[in-house]
This record gives sequence, structure tokens and C-alpha cells, in this order.
Amino acid sequence: MKAEEIRTMIIEVIHEIVPDEDLSNLKGDIRIRDQIEMDSMDFLDVVMELRKRYSIVVPEDDYMELSTLDSSVAYLEPRMKDI
Amino acid sequence: MNYDVLIIGAGMSGLAAGIRLAYYDKKVCILEKHHRVGGLNSFYSRDGHKFDVGLHAMTNYVPQGTKSTPLPKLLRQLKLKAEDFALCQQRISAIKFAEKTIRFNNDLDFFIQEVADNFPAQADNFRKLLITISEYDALALDAEPIPAREVIGSIISDPLLIDMLLCPLMYYGNAKENDMEFGQFVIMFSSIFCEGFARPQSGVRQILDVLVKKYRDNGGELRLKCGVKSIQVDNGRAMSILLDNGEMLTADKIISSAGYVETMRLLSDHDPARVNHDVGQLSFVEFIMILDKEPSKMGYDTTITFFNNSDRFHYRKPDDLVDISSGVICCPNNFHFESPLPEAMLRVTNMANFDHWNKLGQEEYKAQKAAWLETSLKEVVKFVPDFRESIVYTDIFTPKTIHRFTGHLNGAVYGTPNKIKTGSTHLDNLFICGTDQGFLGIIGAMLSGISMANLHVLQKG
Repeated sequence: MKAEEIRTMIIEVIHEIVPDEDLSNLKGDIRIRDQIEMDSMDFLDVVMELRKRYSIVVPEDDYMELSTLDSSVAYLEPRMKDI
Repeated sequence: MNYDVLIIGAGMSGLAAGIRLAYYDKKVCILEKHHRVGGLNSFYSRDGHKFDVGLHAMTNYVPQGTKSTPLPKLLRQLKLKAEDFALCQQRISAIKFAEKTIRFNNDLDFFIQEVADNFPAQADNFRKLLITISEYDALALDAEPIPAREVIGSIISDPLLIDMLLCPLMYYGNAKENDMEFGQFVIMFSSIFCEGFARPQSGVRQILDVLVKKYRDNGGELRLKCGVKSIQVDNGRAMSILLDNGEMLTADKIISSAGYVETMRLLSDHDPARVNHDVGQLSFVEFIMILDKEPSKMGYDTTITFFNNSDRFHYRKPDDLVDISSGVICCPNNFHFESPLPEAMLRVTNMANFDHWNKLGQEEYKAQKAAWLETSLKEVVKFVPDFRESIVYTDIFTPKTIHRFTGHLNGAVYGTPNKIKTGSTHLDNLFICGTDQGFLGIIGAMLSGISMANLHVLQKG
């Protein structure tokens, strides 16, 4: 998967977890949780959804890497290059 | 057969934990000793009448679209829609003490006005209390317990108002005698006064049906009539579960909703001296009465009345079999349903003493149930229209019934007063969820199962 596809995929996953949130203006460099209503339980679901869909395991210590859209893409790109 | 996770008990918390784990592809099985799910919140039929146990009303009702409160959070975590529970709002509820009545519905402003009208001198203090409540993080798993009466007493100076505020919150979710943990007070206050009461048309059955279906659709396995005899312990780990039928199951992790002390007693190396943990004392009787006409036809529109008729409100194990001086009167008909319920009903709950009920022989037990029904109703009709002539059928459960169906020691509905918020035990793969973990009430129970599944299984990879 390429960077832009990963970005689209993440937004789609977030949309599934918090369907009522408006994701159209989500900025890449600001913490996702500062832009939309999302708590730690929802955040865990993003991690779990990546695992369920693509078998990507994000260890607890790396959760910080998923705090913004940009950092998520950077973190996932090498891990998803063959998907 | 090896599971990722075995869950003991198919109550609200066990089912919620199971839904989470099964959804994320864990191999999970829930073991339930009864032939029916629900635990403390279940249902039964007798002589053609359908009864609910536990649930009077769902708390935490918020209109669809509300964010960041427990009910929508829970729906999101379980991948359920608000329509799935088909909640219908209450009409109005009341806290009635000898000299004052405060009413409340699902609109906090109405409640604030009621408090101000009844206690004008406390109106400003009550606003301060609301701010303290809104600023407190009640869901933190590491918070130090503080006594609610101390905190409230430092803000509100009228003991009558303090008792009136505590009465519904204690009845609907407090495991401690006389006082309440402040975090628990905040949770209950928000769930009842800031959010509100609602009920599905078909009661607790609706909730349980939805949860079981979701769990099974996610691939979870549910075994009914499947009691746990013991948990085999070796080297600081729970290795396997031995069932009453002799079968042995193994799992990487075990989550038990059976209660903390109750779970410790299942361990193969159980040492009573090591488990020095308070056992809950608070239990209840409930008189469930089918009436020949709806209470609204007698001029009674209140959904739930919390009453107290003594000088101070005493929330504690009574000296007698039953304490009739305070209680809860619930009318399941008085919600905004789309069509009337099939039967008219009133439920009366009083505090009761497990030891006394448990000691009675069979005949005496029956006789005492009938006698206390009469005694309790004499007090109850001081607060609601006299409906006694309309009763066509009565069923009664006691602390002994609760013990038999939930396994809770002392029939303690809200479990131990010392909650284990993290859910951890001395075994590194055995965890507690449900009543003894600490989020009480039906929504609280489900959140407990969800948070323990998240914390101890899903977050660990």
C-alpha cells in the first residue's frame, strides 16, 4: 500500500469507529484526538482494526506513533508495503 | 480445547467483554452456570406472567447524537446502534422523604430547579456540587477512594438534601454501608440525574437478546448450564478450568465476573487466610405485584419513587429481616412506550438481611415473605396511591434468592465494598470484571467488561 492509500484507509477505519464525526477537514500534522471526539477506547479500536484487517500488530509502546495522520502514515508505510 | 480467553459468567459484564474479544477474533467462550444469561439482571416467567429481575430502568439515557457519555461510548465499543436497545424514556421520578419531595426527569435543568425550589438556601451550593462533579474524573482506574459524605458535606450544609441526593444513588449502585465512594457517587449522579432513566419496551430481555446475538454473530461461544467447579493454579498462573460436569478447559487468560472473593474460592490452591477481602453486606427483597389496572388509572404517573420515612436515611444491612423505612417503588408501565405493556405492575424494593433470611426453614421462609409484603406495603402506600385492592398476583425475591441465582456471597447485589478497579489479581492471567471491579449499574457493568477486555487482553496484543 502506498502512502496516500494508507491515509485513505486510516480515515476509513476512523470513520467506522466514530461514524458521527466529520473527517473531511482532518489535518495531517495535528493530533487526531484534538480534532475530533475520540477517546482512548476508540483509539484502541483503530489499533485493533489494523490488526483485524491487515494483521499489523502495533505494540502498546508504539501507540504514540499513531497520534497524527502524518505520523500514522510514516509508521505504517514500511509495515504495509507488501499489502 | 485451548481458548484465548475464558469468561466466567454471562451477565452484562461477561457478555460485553465477550463481544469485544470475539469481534477482534479471539477464541473466547463464556461459561454460565444457569440455563439463562443475565446474572443479576435477568428474567423469568411464573404462572404465565413475565418478570424482570434487577433492571428497574436503564440509567445513562441520552438523546441520540450526544457524545462522550457512557451509553454512546458503550454502543460504539460493542458496535451496536442506539436503536438496538429501543429505549423509551421515563415519565418522571421522585425522591420522597417525610417532609419534602424532589422530582426529576431526564432534563438536568428541571432537577436543578426542583432542588432550588425545595432548598432555596442550598441552591448555590448545589451548583457548586455540580461543578465538582463535572470536574472529577470518575473513570480513572488509579483514583484514591474518598468518602462521598465528606466531599458533599463540605459543599452542601443541609443534611436532609444530602440524604435525598444519596438515596437513589445508593439504592442503584452502592456496595458500601452508610457512605459511598465519591467516584462512585459521581458515576451514579451523572447516570441518574444528569443523564436519565429509560427502558426497552420488553425490558431486560431486549438488552440480553441483543448482547447474545452480537456475541454469537462475532463468533463467540456461549455455554449455558456450565458451572465452574475450580480453577487450577500452577506457578502463579491459572492453568485450566474444571467444570462441574468434569470437563477441563484451558485458556491463556481468564476473566471472571463471579465476584472477587467468590473467584478466589474457586482457585485450586485457595487459602482463606490470604484472601482477606471485605464481603458485601447489602441485599434486598423485592415484591413484584401484578395489578388489575395500570397505576396511571389510579393517578400515579411516576416511573420510580425513592422514599424514606425515618429521620435520617439509613443505607445498611438491617437488624430485622427487612427495613421498611425506605425503599424504591418502580412502575414498569410508566415509561413513554409506543404501546402499553401487557400487564400492569409495581415493584417494591427494600433493604434486607441475608443471614436472617438464610436461616429460615422452608415454611417459615414462606410465611415471612407474606408477612413482610403486608408490612412493607403499609409503608409504601403512604407515598403512592393505595393499590393493594388491585393486586392480582405477587412474586417475591429475597437475599436468599439473589444468592442462589448469582452466587454472590450474602446475596450482596453490589458485591464487595472494596472494588478492584484494575481488575488484576495475584495471578498474572486471571482478571476480575463486573460488580467487584467497580463500575456498577447495567451500563457500568457493560463498561466494566469492555474496559477489562481492552486493558488485559486487547491492549496486550
